Amino acid sequence: MTWTWFHRLASPPHVYTLAARLTPWFAWPAALCIAAGLWGGLVLAPPDYQQGDGFRILYVHAPSAWMSLMVYMTMAIAAAIGLIWRMKVAHAVAASCAPIGASFTFAALVTGALWGEPMWGTYWEWDPRLTSELILLFLYLGYMGLRAGIEDPQRADRASAVLAIVGVVNVPIIHYSVTWWNSLHQAPSVMRLAKPAMPFAMVAPLLLMLLGFTLLFVALLLTRLRSEVLTRERSASWIREVVSA
Amino acid sequence: MRAFLDMGGYAAFVWPAYAVTLAVIGLNIVWARRALVRAREEARRRLQMQGEAR
Amino acid sequence: MSSPESPAARALAAVATPLASDAQGTRAARSTSALQAARLALLRDLQLAFRKRSQLVQPLAFFAIVTLLFPLAISPELSRLRELAPGVLWVGALLASLLALEFLFRDDAHDGTLEQYALSGQSLTALIFAKTLAHWLLTGLPLALMAPLAALSLGVAGAAVPGIVAAVAVGSVTLSLIGSIGAALTLGIKRSGALLSLLTLPLSLPVLIFGARATQLAIHGTPFLAPLELLGALAVLGITLAPLAAAAAVRISLE
Repeated sequence: MTWTWFHRLASPPHVYTLAARLTPWFAWPAALCIAAGLWGGLVLAPPDYQQGDGFRILYVHAPSAWMSLMVYMTMAIAAAIGLIWRMKVAHAVAASCAPIGASFTFAALVTGALWGEPMWGTYWEWDPRLTSELILLFLYLGYMGLRAGIEDPQRADRASAVLAIVGVVNVPIIHYSVTWWNSLHQAPSVMRLAKPAMPFAMVAPLLLMLLGFTLLFVALLLTRLRSEVLTRERSASWIREVVSA
Repeated sequence: MRAFLDMGGYAAFVWPAYAVTLAVIGLNIVWARRALVRAREEARRRLQMQGEAR
Repeated sequence: MSSPESPAARALAAVATPLASDAQGTRAARSTSALQAARLALLRDLQLAFRKRSQLVQPLAFFAIVTLLFPLAISPELSRLRELAPGVLWVGALLASLLALEFLFRDDAHDGTLEQYALSGQSLTALIFAKTLAHWLLTGLPLALMAPLAALSLGVAGAAVPGIVAAVAVGSVTLSLIGSIGAALTLGIKRSGALLSLLTLPLSLPVLIFGARATQLAIHGTPFLAPLELLGALAVLGITLAPLAAAAAVRISLE
């Protein structure tokens, strides 16, 4: 097993062309999965025993929340790789992740609130998951704010990488403390979907949406990565070929 | 059809939720592509200026 | 800048001078000196801070004002205030310590001392831990001692005072540590106050949650050991990890 493929990933021109070629392979399957998931979730899945048709928000809320966390982990891992091995491309990946993650965190919060109003009777609940999600949004905004605030691009990369890593260490702590705090103040939430087992017709669209969103993330990441690489490699000669193509 | 749009009475919550999520997806796609176009423009312009400077 | 013969200047000189390499004694000399260097940095920070006493008082005055605002804004009824007291105390302490964070690294970054620390060959982690400890002694600890006064003004019974002091004292350790990371990351950024808050506050939320809980239990006279121990655990975690992160951040900021 040679590590050439890994070393080549550190080369910006290689990454640029690779990203360009791979994007359609993620974008189209993503569109398909999401379309199928929407169809399954809105039309095919039967209404929930307790929540009726209202539970269908699950099919947009859960994938959004999943995105918010997965993107953050990707961002933190890329940041760590960039910091430890000093790979510029890794920093570019981390930078590309942030706006994607922040926007889906926002979507998770909004869809969560819209789910909460009919189910709990209030748009906002200081429930552990919503509260931790809100904090996650602030972590993203802090990361983007720090990047924007530092002028030197190298320093911005490395400083925000430290922040991302510190954030990752903190996320489980925050989640645990919010859960503990909430358990002191809250009656158990009535938000339960028809348990014990969700019928396949209900689970399948959810899985499709989760897969679709993940594929979408990769496609978006690859696209943003290309812009980042172009912006960072200002005076490199390979840009000429790429841009005139 | 009407029953579908009505979402068992939850229409006011379900549809905005889907709308927001699809908007976020759409905006992400638009922004990512726009950023790429802008980066290419910038690069092209810079190369032109370098070419002229010679 | 400190005058040539002042203890602070001597401390800086001692820390910044590279150790003479001596074949046998180097390792032993180094490991003792990391501790000595940290001690010197601590004393230097304390001494310099006492020269600008007005700056020391600012966070405490801020805390007092914030605590005063709540009765005026909400209600002078002591029974209501007593219920709000844990939240008021902790939000006030959090904001006051944020205010104090700005001058953790600022002066040293300005006059090049921080660079000396980074280049000295001493463990930057230890030196930053020393600075953070000095910061806590100058702000967190006084806040912990002031908190009972604020609490009493909010109608809290005197029996709750030891618990309140303990909770704020331990919690503010972690606040200083987390804040040192934020301060190091935002070094040299102009008008970084809002960004510093945005970075530090989400990470400080566990301290707020457990600290307020401990304070609340203390006020009601019930045992508050559990959240206090959790606060202690957070502090230990912070002491272990935060100076490392802050040192990395300082090096990055100085590049």
